[in-house]
Amino acid sequence: MTTKHRHETNLIFSKKKLYETVIGLEVHVQLKSRTKIFCGCAAGSGGEPNTRVCPICLGFPGVLPVLNRKVLELAVRAGLALNCEVSEFSKFDRKNYFYPDLPKAYQISQFDLPLNGPGYLDLRLEGKTRRIGITRAHLEEDAGKLVHFENDGFSGVDYNRTGVPLLEIVSDPDLRSPREASGYLKAIRSIMRYIDVSDCDMEKGSFRCDANISLRPVGSEKLGVKVEIKNMNSFKGVERAIAYEVERQREALESGEEIIQETRLYNADSQKTFSMRSKEEAHDYRYFPDPDLTPIVLEREWIEGIRSSLPELPDPRGDRFQEQYGLPEYDAGVLTAERQLADYFEAAAALTTKYKTLSNWIMVELLGKLNEADLEIKDSPVSPIQMAGLISLIEKGAISGKIGKQVFAEMFKTGKEAEVVVEEKGLLQISDTGELDRIVEEVISNNPGPVDDYRGGKKQALGFLVGQIMKATRGKANPGLVNQLLRDKLYNP
Amino acid sequence: MPWEKERNMTEKQKKISLLDVEKVAGLARLGLTPEEKAKLGGQLNDILVYMEKLDELETSGIEPLAHILPLQNVLREDRVREGLSQEQALWNAPEKKDGLFKVPLVLE
Ligand SMILES: [Zn+2]
Repeated sequence: MTTKHRHETNLIFSKKKLYETVIGLEVHVQLKSRTKIFCGCAAGSGGEPNTRVCPICLGFPGVLPVLNRKVLELAVRAGLALNCEVSEFSKFDRKNYFYPDLPKAYQISQFDLPLNGPGYLDLRLEGKTRRIGITRAHLEEDAGKLVHFENDGFSGVDYNRTGVPLLEIVSDPDLRSPREASGYLKAIRSIMRYIDVSDCDMEKGSFRCDANISLRPVGSEKLGVKVEIKNMNSFKGVERAIAYEVERQREALESGEEIIQETRLYNADSQKTFSMRSKEEAHDYRYFPDPDLTPIVLEREWIEGIRSSLPELPDPRGDRFQEQYGLPEYDAGVLTAERQLADYFEAAAALTTKYKTLSNWIMVELLGKLNEADLEIKDSPVSPIQMAGLISLIEKGAISGKIGKQVFAEMFKTGKEAEVVVEEKGLLQISDTGELDRIVEEVISNNPGPVDDYRGGKKQALGFLVGQIMKATRGKANPGLVNQLLRDKLYNP
Repeated sequence: MPWEKERNMTEKQKKISLLDVEKVAGLARLGLTPEEKAKLGGQLNDILVYMEKLDELETSGIEPLAHILPLQNVLREDRVREGLSQEQALWNAPEKKDGLFKVPLVLE
């Protein structure tokens, strides 16, 4: 096994013992409502500090929080997409702790009766599928943001984010490697974006993750002492942080050290985790039911109504792409990772039958250009209909694939139809035998060396001659025709 | 414990220790003098003894109550409502800086 793959294995070998890595993830997904979870303040990010606040989210005495109907719907939608049992009866609780970003000195969350109970996600990774349990997915409010002025010895608090709706998705300790952890995260993100409940933008903080990691001797049922890792801001960061932490714990266990239950912060620059000053009794949150909020009672029928509004999810859609369009698993996976991209493919696929060609053009040319221009698929200057138009020109033999790339680049730049670009730039493929005949003969008479080589048995020489013809026609010659004419003339001079 | 002698408690009536009082006070960020701890400890103990009366009731067939009022699903529409301006939000702040509430330095 190479070093690159060292962290991808589930089992950590050591001189004395074989350890198994046990990982559980807590994912915070910011739900896409216009307003905050319990008040009418706008829920967006950024802006001037303390300008999206009101007496409710600032925790003034005597105010009454009221649950946002949209947030409830989004959370149930997310729970159903994760195969959770949606509770017919759930409630909110107060989680008590002191921190300046929490103006009420408690966070409204859900303790013993969460909105979404047990569920699962079938994780597909490297050709295998493993079912990862989801313990729960509950609603809670976000805290404010702290800005530190270390040199001046104070911190500043911005409460704009306070009360922004979050869904906390807690996994069972079922993940076994850093790769599985990041694979699980990507799958959750993809599903949440598909069902349109969150943007899941890690950079903007609308998708956050904490990891609980422990090691245990292989064969042991008992979980080891777990360490919580926070502050991982990218998928790569999650993998690196977990890999580092696994290694750290293994070394500690091997040298006979005890693992202490603690929270550690990941530093992306040094790629290491550091112990946070652990606060005593930090975990005594003294939860109790929030008397300000009423219980949530949901009817089966209402829940089923939401279930029936869910779109086809990424994995089943990928399976269908393989079956219906005959695409390889890889293509199907790439095309269905984002809903808009899958929609784009299907809109174009309705107008052509060359599905694999279409898939290649989308994955290589379109995604490449979008990436270069930092655009999303929904902002693509080339519409699915225009894409299908380009492919049909190639299929008809009007232009070659190579010229197609030029045409596509122009379409992407100008938003014009493929036919218009071909017409304007005079790129129509030369399939006229008479004209090609002349060019082929010219190339043969101008290149006696390679011609002799070919006739003498050096078959590679053909490639050179084809290249010369393409050059002479500026790539417009029909490649099939060129090969045929060239062979004919070389054998029957 | 001071309150145990004061109140002539039986073993069964001893509900709370000085350590419990200190822990609860610590969690609530309350700094108590020894006298206050003794006084409040006694009162907390009395409350717990009193609450024990509830154990006499047969509750095995009763659902736990999540809310004292017969209300459920009180919801609001997802409509933006004007809140406070930055100036209003910071009105009562003892200290502020550039639109932020100023607090002692907290470092993680
Ligand atoms: Zn508010």
